[in-house]
Amino acid sequence: MIPAAFAYSRPTTVEEALQAIADGGDDVKVLAGGQSLIPVMRLRLAAPEVVVDLTRVEGLRGVREEGDQLVVGAMTTHADVLTDPLLAQYAQLLVQATETVADRQVRRRGTFGGALAHADPAGDLPAVALALDAEFVIAGPAGRRTVPASEFFVDYLTTALEEGELLVEIRLPKLAAADGWGVRYEKFTRVAQAWSIVAVAAAVRREGGRITEARIGLTNMGPTPLRASATEAALVGVDVSLETVTAAAAQAAEGTSPSNDLNAQADYRQHLAQVLTRRALAAAAGL
Amino acid sequence: MTAVEDPAVPDTPVDLAPAKEIGQARLRKEDARLITGETQWTDNIVLPGMLHMAMLRSPVAHGRITHLDVSAAKDRPNVVAVFTGADLAEEQGSLPCAWPVTPDMVNPGHPSIAVDQVNHVGEAVAIVVARTRTAAADALEAIDVDYEPLPVVLDMEEAVKDGSPLVHDSTSSNTSYHFVFDAGEAGTGGDTDQAFADAEVTVSRRFVQQRLIPAFMEPRSVVVQPTRDNYTMWSATQIPHILRVMAASVTGIPEHKLRVIAPDVGGGFGGKLQVNPEEILALLVARRLGKPIKWTETRGESLMTAHHGRDQVQFVDIAADRDGTVRGLRVRLLASMGAYLRLITPGVPALGAFMFPGIYKFPAYRFECDGVFTNMVPTDAYRGAGRPEATFAIERIMDELAVELGMDPLELRRKNWINADEFPFTTVAGLEYDSGDYAQATSQALELLGYDELRAEQQRRRESNDPVQLGIGFSTFTEMCGLAPSRVLGSLSFGAGGWESASIRMLPTGKVEVVTGSTPHGQGHETAWSQIVADQLGVPFEDVEVLHGDTAISSRGLDTYGSRSLVVGGTAVVKAAEKVVQKARAIAAHLLEASEDDLEFTDGKFSVKGTPGASIGIQEVALAVFAAHDYPEGIEPSIDSEATFDPENFSFPHGTHICAMEIDTETGFAKIRKYACVDDVGTIVNPLIVEGQVHGGLAQGIAQAMFEEAIYDAEGNLTTGSFVDYLIPSAADLPHFDTGNTVHEATSNPLGAKGVGEAGCIASTPAVVNAAIDAVRHLGVSELRMPLTPERVWRAIHEGGDGGDRAAATSNAQGVTSSEAATASATEGDQQ
Repeated sequence: MIPAAFAYSRPTTVEEALQAIADGGDDVKVLAGGQSLIPVMRLRLAAPEVVVDLTRVEGLRGVREEGDQLVVGAMTTHADVLTDPLLAQYAQLLVQATETVADRQVRRRGTFGGALAHADPAGDLPAVALALDAEFVIAGPAGRRTVPASEFFVDYLTTALEEGELLVEIRLPKLAAADGWGVRYEKFTRVAQAWSIVAVAAAVRREGGRITEARIGLTNMGPTPLRASATEAALVGVDVSLETVTAAAAQAAEGTSPSNDLNAQADYRQHLAQVLTRRALAAAAGL
Repeated sequence: MTAVEDPAVPDTPVDLAPAKEIGQARLRKEDARLITGETQWTDNIVLPGMLHMAMLRSPVAHGRITHLDVSAAKDRPNVVAVFTGADLAEEQGSLPCAWPVTPDMVNPGHPSIAVDQVNHVGEAVAIVVARTRTAAADALEAIDVDYEPLPVVLDMEEAVKDGSPLVHDSTSSNTSYHFVFDAGEAGTGGDTDQAFADAEVTVSRRFVQQRLIPAFMEPRSVVVQPTRDNYTMWSATQIPHILRVMAASVTGIPEHKLRVIAPDVGGGFGGKLQVNPEEILALLVARRLGKPIKWTETRGESLMTAHHGRDQVQFVDIAADRDGTVRGLRVRLLASMGAYLRLITPGVPALGAFMFPGIYKFPAYRFECDGVFTNMVPTDAYRGAGRPEATFAIERIMDELAVELGMDPLELRRKNWINADEFPFTTVAGLEYDSGDYAQATSQALELLGYDELRAEQQRRRESNDPVQLGIGFSTFTEMCGLAPSRVLGSLSFGAGGWESASIRMLPTGKVEVVTGSTPHGQGHETAWSQIVADQLGVPFEDVEVLHGDTAISSRGLDTYGSRSLVVGGTAVVKAAEKVVQKARAIAAHLLEASEDDLEFTDGKFSVKGTPGASIGIQEVALAVFAAHDYPEGIEPSIDSEATFDPENFSFPHGTHICAMEIDTETGFAKIRKYACVDDVGTIVNPLIVEGQVHGGLAQGIAQAMFEEAIYDAEGNLTTGSFVDYLIPSAADLPHFDTGNTVHEATSNPLGAKGVGEAGCIASTPAVVNAAIDAVRHLGVSELRMPLTPERVWRAIHEGGDGGDRAAATSNAQGVTSSEAATASATEGDQQ
């Protein structure tokens, strides 16, 4: 539980941070909330030579409105997410999922951007970002670029971030209840504070008794977060009813490739995905 | 120790003072400092020149050390010394096993540090001593070691077969001992085989008691200060007195040159009832270097190397008549010892032998147990130690017998349990249960639960085919506590007695110091002992200070385990107080110019009967004795005392626990809907402490049923090596507990106390599993392996069987565990 020695840098701007990462050489780690990095360093499963700590980069923290998008700074903590009025109004799915992340202490330090860049498929927030079609703003030595969620999550713990780059902002669409959106994050764990065995992030838009759009993200159903595309497609235009939702949810595990571990084998995870998708959709659709 | 030795006098019955403090829900006087951390934990201790010890631990479960080069580590910054097993081989001796349960038990010996072979993952192979803790940890990486792998022995049922690879070359099999208790042979029951042959119905089951990790809150920690040939050892231990004797005998340090101090200790649950390799190594290294040495484990080391608990395979047969009358019980156990025999490793299952018959009137009983070596960390005491395993087996198989007979499980229990008017009752296992009323506890518990309504709801849910099914499970348990009558322990080949000691020092200002040999590690001794003394001496609760855990202050003691502290240690306090009053009476009579016979002692005052106003308080007597200007001829000027209490019987707490469980049949998720229990722990000194003990015990017993399991992979690595994978429930995962009590005083001690430390843990596990099976039995489930993971329950419902073996299921897995994920994240992740 004692990390190996490392050099430490604590920049205060994005530019300084990028410089520190560039100066750090091959074995540099970026520290956001430390929810994942600190434990593996203490276990000596990771021993970076340089740690660049972003906690003093004020410009990476906070939520603002830009037209029809919300812009969330990568260093916005989970606790900030839970108390932000804009997110409360337009991003209930993110708020619900964030409420299930770890415990109160971790939520004070852990960050939205850190969780996304870490890209643990068992983490709660990647599936939410994917379901919402979030956009990822990445800063690097060559300037900024924007990557859609569908391209951001590349593989297990691997993202579109290149060496020397930094995730700085996440852009989310506004999903307002007034526009017919209902959401639900349905998480399945053995104990209250644990990684998801499986979870489902669902957003459903209703209009005149019919579903006009459904967005479903799956947590821990493969090496990356996944969309339940078949289920989404099956829901467009159908009546809002338990029968239609149940029928669509039966396709939720299509195209998934979950792992086996102590908590669940793959076939059980696929079964859970169907049950939880049905429950998430029913709740999101107000059934 | 300043108490004056009293001449040996026969034990006389003690009259308890009227209870004023006893029975009060006093807030615990020790809590403020424990909760705020304003106290001295072992790891807080810093001594001038202190060095830090770190252990390189084996990554292989079974192997010969073929190469070990520590030279590079010696050159690392701030490193003072590096030791290998070979360096310490001559002086390390063998860790003690104090419970040779059979005369021919095989004990291959237990080195504190491996010399040429490792037998479980985590065994120490080298020690770095450095000026800082971090330098010691860093230097471990510079040690070069190679192992020649040996076949790994993990599965007990395979390990006992002929031709199995051996854990120890020096033994002829992996069986350490074969222990038998046969009621027929013991004269406490009939012939068991005959009982089964004659029975109308028999039911057989195989139960698995999974391996558990005690997971105490404060990690193990030890500091040794050598002062020429004297040694002081601080250790986060439950057993400073036993540790002193054992460490002296292992290291050759004379006992009077070794002082052991257990400062405030943060939990143990039996996990600190041990003489740890690291405690011995700290002594050896301190002796070599002549410098203070500290070692504090990391949580990972703790989970991997501190002893584990449970880990039994139980084959249980029960025989009965068609009308439900039980005829016989037969138990065969495989009990995992792990790689070595530690302090009471072999005795844990043997202690359980006496509890399998539970509260029932079996006419015949036979118990057999094989202690089996495997390449895992040793097992040893864990909350309940042998008794939870036994209680689980009997309470589970009673349910299965009820199903076989088509009887209500509670009706079957009623038919066979010992009735209140039958106490004292000698069981088929030879124990004399002294008091209790199982029917009363059961009827109270049914009421607390709201049994009839829940049964009705269960029926409704079944009829409507609700995805969430409801089940109700019972555990009508008893346990043997208050360890223990010394002569009985002797007859069981236990290496020590079961008495406890207390002394009382009356200070000049009337304040009272109570020295107890029973060392607390969270139980609340300071509060309870103060309440007892306040009543007995008639002094204010606040005027009592309780001292413990330092062999230089409390020279005699047998420490804390087996729900013994109040029953045995508390009684010693009562007896010591009685002696103080006796001695003070003589002084008071002298000062009041009255005859001793004319004095009565009430509320802390000696008064002359029939002479109003003529009185003196015991606290004033203390001052008079201190001055010693005026005291009777022929007696010593002291009212201090010491007493030792050796109980003549165990105590037998009992109770009825009822769990109502909801099972989501779509996901397998099990959730306790309601939990009600009524415990009879005899006299309750402090209801708040009792309730706290019950709650904590329930949490641990429920955790065995639903959450906790130590899992090793096929190579013998502990897969559940962190709290990510070894799941401990928090308050959020547990229900509200509806608790109650009945009080039938124990007859084996003047307090009438029975002990409460283990009750919740022993009772709850089978109630929970019985409830879960009751919820889904109509779906074809008749067995569920613990813990009740959602996947297991789901598979049992949809595929049959008991839900399967998680270790086997995952050894074929292609996926990654959470900790592996964490590893990968460190190398692949970008921004965490």
